[in-house]
Formats: sequence, C-alpha cells, structure tokens
Amino acid sequence: MRFNPQIAATRFGTGLGPTAVFAGDAGGVLASLDDDMAGRFPIGHMVDHADYLSKYRDLAKARRKGEDGAREAQKALRIAMKDRSQDWFRATLARQVAAPVGFHERLSLFWTDHFTVEGKQAVYRPLVATFTEDAIQPHITGRFADMLKAVVTHPIMLHYLDQFASVGEGSVVGQQAGKGLNENLAREVLELHTLGVGGSYTQTDVREFAKLLAGFRYDGKGGAVYRARRASPGAEVILGKAYGDDTPRVEDVYQALEDIAAHPDTARHLAWKLAVHFVADRPDPELVAHIAAAYLRSGGDLMACYEALLEHPAAWAPEAQKVRRPIEFITASLRALGITPKAIMAAETRIVMQSVVVPMRMMGQPWERPPGPDGWPEDAGHWITPQGLAARLQWAMTVPAAITNPLPDPRNFARTALGDLIDSDTDFAARAAATRWEGVGLVLASPRFQMR
Amino acid sequence: MTNTQTRRSFLTQVGCCLAASPLVTPVALAAAPGDKRLVVIILRGAMDGLDVVRPLGDRDFAALRPNVNMGDALPLNDFFGLHPGLAGLHPLWAKGELGFVHATSTPYRDKRSHFDGQDLLEAGIGPGGAIRDGWLNRALSLMPGTQLRTGFAVGGEDALLMHGDAPVSTWAPDAVLTLSTQSKRLLGRMYHDAPLFAAAMDEAVDLAGTLQAGGGDIETYGEMREAMGNAMQATAKGSTAEKLAQFTAERLLEDTRIASFSLGGWDTHNGQARALRKPLAEFERAILTLRDGLGPAAWGQTAVLAMTEFGRTARENGSQGTDHGTAGAMVLAGGAVRGGMVHGDWPGLANAQLYKERDLMPTSDLRAHAGTALAGLFGLAKSDLEAHIFPGLDMSAAPGILR
Repeated sequence: MRFNPQIAATRFGTGLGPTAVFAGDAGGVLASLDDDMAGRFPIGHMVDHADYLSKYRDLAKARRKGEDGAREAQKALRIAMKDRSQDWFRATLARQVAAPVGFHERLSLFWTDHFTVEGKQAVYRPLVATFTEDAIQPHITGRFADMLKAVVTHPIMLHYLDQFASVGEGSVVGQQAGKGLNENLAREVLELHTLGVGGSYTQTDVREFAKLLAGFRYDGKGGAVYRARRASPGAEVILGKAYGDDTPRVEDVYQALEDIAAHPDTARHLAWKLAVHFVADRPDPELVAHIAAAYLRSGGDLMACYEALLEHPAAWAPEAQKVRRPIEFITASLRALGITPKAIMAAETRIVMQSVVVPMRMMGQPWERPPGPDGWPEDAGHWITPQGLAARLQWAMTVPAAITNPLPDPRNFARTALGDLIDSDTDFAARAAATRWEGVGLVLASPRFQMR
Repeated sequence: MTNTQTRRSFLTQVGCCLAASPLVTPVALAAAPGDKRLVVIILRGAMDGLDVVRPLGDRDFAALRPNVNMGDALPLNDFFGLHPGLAGLHPLWAKGELGFVHATSTPYRDKRSHFDGQDLLEAGIGPGGAIRDGWLNRALSLMPGTQLRTGFAVGGEDALLMHGDAPVSTWAPDAVLTLSTQSKRLLGRMYHDAPLFAAAMDEAVDLAGTLQAGGGDIETYGEMREAMGNAMQATAKGSTAEKLAQFTAERLLEDTRIASFSLGGWDTHNGQARALRKPLAEFERAILTLRDGLGPAAWGQTAVLAMTEFGRTARENGSQGTDHGTAGAMVLAGGAVRGGMVHGDWPGLANAQLYKERDLMPTSDLRAHAGTALAGLFGLAKSDLEAHIFPGLDMSAAPGILR
C-alpha cells in the first residue's frame, strides 16, 4: 500500500477531471495546501457584514412600531444579504472545482463539520459561511489551539451553542438580572471539539468550564467581546488545573483552551476523526495512533498531523472505503464534467438551486443545515439509503445533460472521471449504455465514483 | 460519565461498516412486533392549543382572545370546544377516536425558539442535554424483533425524531427513481459486488414502484428530466399532507409499526384566524387519509400523536395573532387512543395562573404521554422509558391516553 496520485486526488482531494493536477508524492499533496483559491473566489468575513445585522434589528424594531416602509426595507435587506450568501456558496463550489488537488478544500469542509455551526434564526443563516472564512480557513495549516480559540470566540458559534445567553454564577449581571449559566458550548467543546465523548472529563469539568467561558457578548461589530461583569469570579478548576482568580480575565479562557487542546485525549480524538473522515469508517488503529503521536510531538501542529496521515500505509489502501458525501459527490462530478469555475460563478441562482441546492437536500445533506452540533454522519450506511441513492442516481442521469453541452462520450468520460481506478463493470456499463446521458449517469452512479 | 455516554462511545468505536449495514444484513427475520401502530406527527411552528382546543368554560378565556379565535367552536364537552377548521374530525370525537391532552409541554422553557424547541421535542431530553438522536429511534432500538421497515420516517427530511443508531427507513412520497430497463440492468451489474448499493437500490425500486406516480421505467431523457423536475419541485415545497398520510398508511399496512412525518405552517403571529385555515385543513386531511387508508381493522390498532414544540401566548398580540408561549395541546387520534376526552389538569387562565403571567401553564410533561403510548402499544418498560428514551422523565402521574 503506497502512494498513488489518483487515489490522492480522490481520497484526499476533490476528484479527477480535466483540470486536476496530480501530486507526485505525499509531499506534493501537502505542498498543494498553499493555494490561492480563497483569493480567487472570495467569501465574506463577519466583520464586513455586521452592519447587516444591526440594520436588520433596527428595521425589525421600526416594523414593530408600525413605521412606514420598514417591512419593505427589511425584506430588501434580507434579499440583498441572501444574494451575497448565494455568491459565497458559488465560491465554495468553485474553489473545490478549481483547486489543483483540492486537499485544502476537503480540509476546509472537514474542519467546518468538526466545528459544526448553524444559523439558528433566519437572520443569521446567510452569515454562516463567514464562520469558515474567519475561524477555520486561517488555521487549516496552523495550530489546532489557534483554530479552537477562533472558533470559540466567533459570534456564529457563540450564538449557535447559546454562549451569548450564558451569564456567570455570582457575576455582577447574574446577580442583578437573575440570569444564569448555559453549559451548551462548554459541553460540546469537550465532547465534540476536543477530548471526545470517551475523554477523561466529568460533568464537574463541564460545569467549571462553562463558568470560565461565561462573559462573551456580541460586540455589535461582527465580533465577540469579553465582559468581566458577566463572568464568574474564579478560580475554576478544569481537568485538575485552576484558572483565574477573583477578577475574570479573557486570558484565562485562552489558557484553558490551550491546555485542553494539548491534552492527549484531544490528540486521539482528532486523529480518529481525521482517519475516519479521509480513510475508513473503521480506521486502522495504528493509523490513528500515528497521527495522534504526531499531534502531541508537534504541539498540536496540524501540518504534522496531515503529514502523518499521508505517510501511513493504511491511508493508501487500494480499495475505496468511504462514500462521498453529497457535497463531495456533486463537486467531483462537476470537476469530472469539466464545468469551469467561471461558469459556476456566473450560474443563475435558478440553475444553482436546481442542480445543486435542491438535489443536495434530496440526497440528505441540506447545505448549512446539519442535523446537530456533531455534524454530518460519516458512515456509508447513512448516505447510501434507498432515498439517498435514488437522489444520486436521478442527479447522475439528469443534471449533467442540463449543464453540459455536448455531453462527453461515456467511454472517454469513464476514463476522465475514474482514471486508472476504473473497474471492468463500470467500463462495460459506459460502453453498453444506450444513450450518452445514461452512459455518463452510470459512470457517476458507479461505486467507483461514489466511493473514494 | 453517564450510561448514555458510555453506550454512545461504544457505538462510535464500533462504527458502521458496509457489512453491518441494516440494508445488507437484516437485523432480525421475525415479523414486525405485533399489530399495534404508532404515528407521530410533528406540528412545526408552534400550534396554538388555546385556539384549536378552546377552553370555553374558563371565565378568563374570552377576554384574552377578543379577535384571534375564528368562528364558533364545535362542542367537545361542557368546558372545551373544537376549532371549526377541524369540523371534519368532529365525528371522530363522538366515536372515541379523537382526543386531546391540554396544558402539556416539553421541559423547554423561556427561550421560546422554534429551533431549540423542536430539537428538544424530537430528542426527547431535558434542557441542557446533548442533542444526538431522536426518542423514536431510541424506542426502536429497545424493541425486540424490529426490522429496517419497522420504523419509517416519511417525507425525506432527516428528522431528528427518527435519527440514531437503530436502522429506520426513509422515503419521501415525491421521491422518484425512474430508470430505463437497460440502465437498471447495468446498475445491477455494477452493484453486484457492492452490497450496500445493491440493497439500497432494490429497496428504492420497491418503494418507488409501490407508488402510482413517479416510479417505473422510462426511456427518454425528456421523461427522466420531467420526473426529476417534479421531484425537485415537491422537495422544494414539501409533500402535501394527503400524500404523506397516504404513503404512511400504506407502509403501516405492511411491515411498518412506527411512522412519523411533519406538518408546518403553525407560526401564526399575524392574522391567526386566516393563517390557521391552511394548516388545520392539511392536518384534518392527514388524519382522515390515515383513517381511510388504514381501513377499520388497522385504524382500530393505531394511535396518532400530533405534537408541537410549544404553545402560544394566552393573550393575543397587537396583530391579531399570538406569540411563542409554553404549554399547548397534543392531539390524539385512532382506534387505539382513549378519545372523547381532553386529558390533563386544567391550570386556569387568570393572570396568576399563567406561566410567567403570559403563557398557559404546563401541567404535564408531553414526553409522559408519548411514553404511555410506547408502553401500551409496544410493551416498552417504564424503567427504559424513564432512563433511556426520555432521560429524567417521571411518568407516574401520566393519565391513560390509550384504550
């Protein structure tokens, strides 16, 4: 089991296609992480769109007072913001299609899913993409602790897991307003984001961590601000270490996040998640141990983890063991069909809805509407259900012909989409199909294309 | 570390490999567990229980609602009246096939967010618990002799209520699988060595084929495209209540014993009298379609529980609507429920009797009634219900909502 450029492109990248650039070795895959996709296909930052939130709230107030035109103005604002977020979705697709290898885009999806957020109210939904841009993208090749700190202080996460509603026990605000603690973010950080559900923490650690986290408020400008009057006076003891004193300080929160990130359970949990996502639903324990060791040795450097993942023989098992999630299936198909990033950016909203957004819903992955804070399921059985597979088949048969003119010859397309990974049954189906659209559809519906 | 966490971490480590997929390896070959059937309908958007089941005998009611409660209520008993928009269900009341639980709610309090309220309703947990899987899925996992088709989530959304480790079926009545005969054969060949794909496709062909429209063979791209277009439109809009109920009834006549689907449109902040017309008509249609589709014998063994994330404010607001509240009503239907009654203790509507001087006060935990139904229909143990299906629930005071 050793490096294979086409397995690299499918298992760790966004797929084969006319524009795919093959890495010569694992080092080449790592080197591909340094790309300019974010610059070529920009997605907004939260701070640049804070005015939308404040304007929206002002108009909601005006509307409640019955002011003339407030309703219409609010609607216009909402539509304008929605248009912008649809452009960001186009950019998300275009990055995956345009990237030479696509490992960076896959990691972006992976970490966004690891730190799942959702817009809990309609007003926040168009802003969810900024979370990836602000908190995930800058740290994909950096330190996990830095990503964790960015995530835990991002307004979208703070809102999603109720941290804005949490007021410290014994804090000035808590005593005045009779408000209390909310444990949601504290628990999910320990259970999902860092130590993992089997990790060595107790309910007392969750409670203490929640006390330490209390104090964040929305700053009205697209960020979070720490208010000592909402925070619990310390010290809080988490995993045996005391943080802070009578005077709450945000530095204590950061120190706790650093320590939790450095914990061996976090190393194990993240290693396991990477292996499960990229390699197999039940990964080789040696692969997990190898990545975890690299994490600990490097002080939580993510590049060291990716290097460990890519250098381990288990990562190069010849048989594909993972089903592509709907977003991966669709972008890999667009890539194989040779749809250009330019065409994606210029596509009418109606076309994006019909070819991507609604089909993803039918395949069981409504974009930016994950089932819960634990993100999208990994196991193959979750995706290849009767309904999920029917939606994939229906997409494979109809959408390519609607967006590609002329459709490629299925025999050639099988080679473009699968390269040397093609098997005799898929090759046969591509040759035996009665029409071009069915031939192309069968290639996309094949287990070889559906799995990576 | 709680038991739930230990169990979850075990399952996480075991994971789910292809060979262990419920589609590939039937969980059990035994027949579906018994003849009893449960349908859970989630009414999304917060149904106003005080309008649907009106406490006409409460002396404070009329003053709270001068404008929103449309038309004259149909008599239920000497205290409650039924919204005229559900007139088609009124005959079921006399037959004992329609009942209600009033002043009931989940343990969710104060924040009144649809998103959180629905999550808690479907997860079946108290506030602060981890949202991972749904209570119907946990119930299925504790029932002996279940198969893939025993639990069926109808409507295509990956609803939390049925989400979890126990295998369940999902299908939207509007989903399509239209393939030419030759494509089907070629797919069969490609999927021969991929059992997960082969089994999913067999099941999909079977489900699509059972529907009058949508399924079947086609030969031209135009036909294919049209089928896809129709399915997409339906997905974007959501299936009609009648289609969901018809499909559900068909499944319940086969191997399915627990089914669920959702109906929306209940968030009536403005012009409630008008806004409630459509969701009530859809709901009525769903219940009558289930009854007719099941036929007298199966309907007699069926309990339908319709529940919502929370009730609405006791007082109407300034725009002839109501805002997010706390307790509300749960609807019971079917031959297996104890109908002709409004179950639950009535808390009263005087200002001091309201929750936070604003909402109907909850006098029971909605989960206790769901638990009663699961225990009565499928023999689930009270200890399992209180520890695993609805962690922390106390069922001791729950009234008997089943016959």
